[in-house]
Amino acid sequence: MPLILSIALTHVRGRLRQSIVSVLGVMLGVGFSIAMAALMQGSQEDFIATLVDAMPHVEVSDEVRDPAPPPAARFYGAVNVIGARPDDDTRGLRNPARLRAMLDSWLPGRMTMTLAGQAVLRYGGRDVAVSLTGVDPASYLRVSTIGDDMRSGSFMELAANLNGIVVGDGVAEKLGARLGDTISASTSSGGVRRLKIVGLYHTGITQADDATAYAMLKTAQVLFARPDVVNRISVKLDDINAARSVAARIERMTGYRATSWQEANESLMEVLVVRNVIMYTVVGAILLVAGFGIFTIVSTIVHEKARDIAILKSLGFGQGDIRRIFLIEGLVIGAAGSVLGSVLGYLITLGLGAVTFEVRTNVEMTSLPLTYSPLHYLIASGFALLSAGIAGYMPARRAAKLNPVEIVRGAS
Amino acid sequence: MTVVAEGEAKAATEPGPAPLIEARRLTRVLPGTVPVTLVRDIDLSIQAGEFVAITGPSGSGKSSLLYLLGLLDLPTSGEVLIEGEPTHLLSERRRAAIRLSTLGFVFQFHFLLPEFTITDNVMIPMRKLGRLPARQMRERARGLLADLGLGDHLEKRPDQLSGGQRQRVAVARALANEPPAILADEPTGSLDSRSSEQVFEILRALVDDHRKTVIAVTHDLDMAARMDRRLHLVDGMLADP
Repeated sequence: MPLILSIALTHVRGRLRQSIVSVLGVMLGVGFSIAMAALMQGSQEDFIATLVDAMPHVEVSDEVRDPAPPPAARFYGAVNVIGARPDDDTRGLRNPARLRAMLDSWLPGRMTMTLAGQAVLRYGGRDVAVSLTGVDPASYLRVSTIGDDMRSGSFMELAANLNGIVVGDGVAEKLGARLGDTISASTSSGGVRRLKIVGLYHTGITQADDATAYAMLKTAQVLFARPDVVNRISVKLDDINAARSVAARIERMTGYRATSWQEANESLMEVLVVRNVIMYTVVGAILLVAGFGIFTIVSTIVHEKARDIAILKSLGFGQGDIRRIFLIEGLVIGAAGSVLGSVLGYLITLGLGAVTFEVRTNVEMTSLPLTYSPLHYLIASGFALLSAGIAGYMPARRAAKLNPVEIVRGAS
Repeated sequence: MTVVAEGEAKAATEPGPAPLIEARRLTRVLPGTVPVTLVRDIDLSIQAGEFVAITGPSGSGKSSLLYLLGLLDLPTSGEVLIEGEPTHLLSERRRAAIRLSTLGFVFQFHFLLPEFTITDNVMIPMRKLGRLPARQMRERARGLLADLGLGDHLEKRPDQLSGGQRQRVAVARALANEPPAILADEPTGSLDSRSSEQVFEILRALVDDHRKTVIAVTHDLDMAARMDRRLHLVDGMLADP
């Protein structure tokens, strides 16, 4: 074993009780950091899986991001156009067949075209306002997880029954209707149609379960009085992180607004960033406290071993050697704490994973969502070692600068 | 031939054009509100194989002079030359390297590392220098300790030995890297008369038998009288004894 390391280890062993307390401090810091990171990232991924995977990764709507200027302004350079009356524009994505062909050639994923609008469902004198989406069931199931959320009936029943409707279980509950019941659907365009409930789903997202419904695309087009029109293209990508660039490309190609899931959930993403900042601040604070423990123990050893420092210097040890001895002491405590803390963190994470409970909020949870990632262990241990290094370096620097003559005189 | 004697023949045949240790107008002033002059304008030269006593009343600057000669302290002015090499402009690292290879220290208190066995204590300078393989270092440490009458205590810790035995361990440690000079600060100051005599005889033998240079600070004038040369300090300056 190298001489400097053996001297450092001897010092740490000499103050075994205090060293153990310091190791425990680092261990707790690292352990709880890992458990907290597992919980935070787990809940974040769960959020994304529940909220983002359930929705399209890119959604193309019948809007434009920057409205075109009036023709007069475009062609005559008018500064202000007064009294111009735009044509009544029929909303919807124009020429959906061409759009489909345009995207099909390169899109790294699946897509489906839908027509969505507001409708009122009525059953037994009860009205429930819903967002009704007309879909092609086969292609819709390829971009949506709704098929997994079916509680009764089948989403594909829609394909077999033009007058079928699939509703959230919350909607059915509000209406007092059950699978197989026939309800009435009406829209602001005047369309009214009697539809049979062929499926009930439960996504766990209150908004989706209590206020959405699906019908065949053709049925929706009749209800909204917009034949052959779609107003939304939903895209599911193979790589969700490509959503921003794919959305930008679609927007450039089609001119329609294409919204990535990140843009649609920007505020949520910001919350997650803030949450991570808070988490790492707390973790940093915990490890900083552990660092103070290391600082104290190494400072104590430096104080106690002043005579040894003098003798080592008289033997020919330089300032760098002395500094290394005490820096290693801090790092040894930090390393031991990191290893034990990693084990503790794993055990805490396992324990948290075993906890089960039932919460019905916006998103349902029955157990804590956790992520096991080596990165958490590396970050926590790395930060602990850094903290230990800094905590050890300060007294180590002081030790290196001690004047051996003063110490020898003091001892004499 | 004992372990101590290794290299003796070589040392004996080496020409010594420059003094082993030389001081030129050496002055050390402790800064402060009232600056204190520890040593002033010391000129001296010590040849290889000399046994030199530094004497003087308390506070006369004996230990301060020894620490300056041993490169543990830096002079305020003047310079110390080791084997003809000026040291006042050397880096801290280089001065440490000279201490490691050329100088051996023995203090009034043994200053052994309490957690290590005496063999390990003697091995520390050798391990730092790294000139020998580990097995040879251990053999040499044991040989040195055996030469000094500690062959039965090799694996003991310092607190298991008497004061005189510890001081002999300190001498063994000072000799570990075969330095040409041993600097001793009151090496017998904390020992009883029997142990003092033992340590003195060891130092005497180092000079007589192994041609080491020994510079020892002592209060004991009888002991000083038995050394080859005596440097007497009064108020930080050399004076006639």
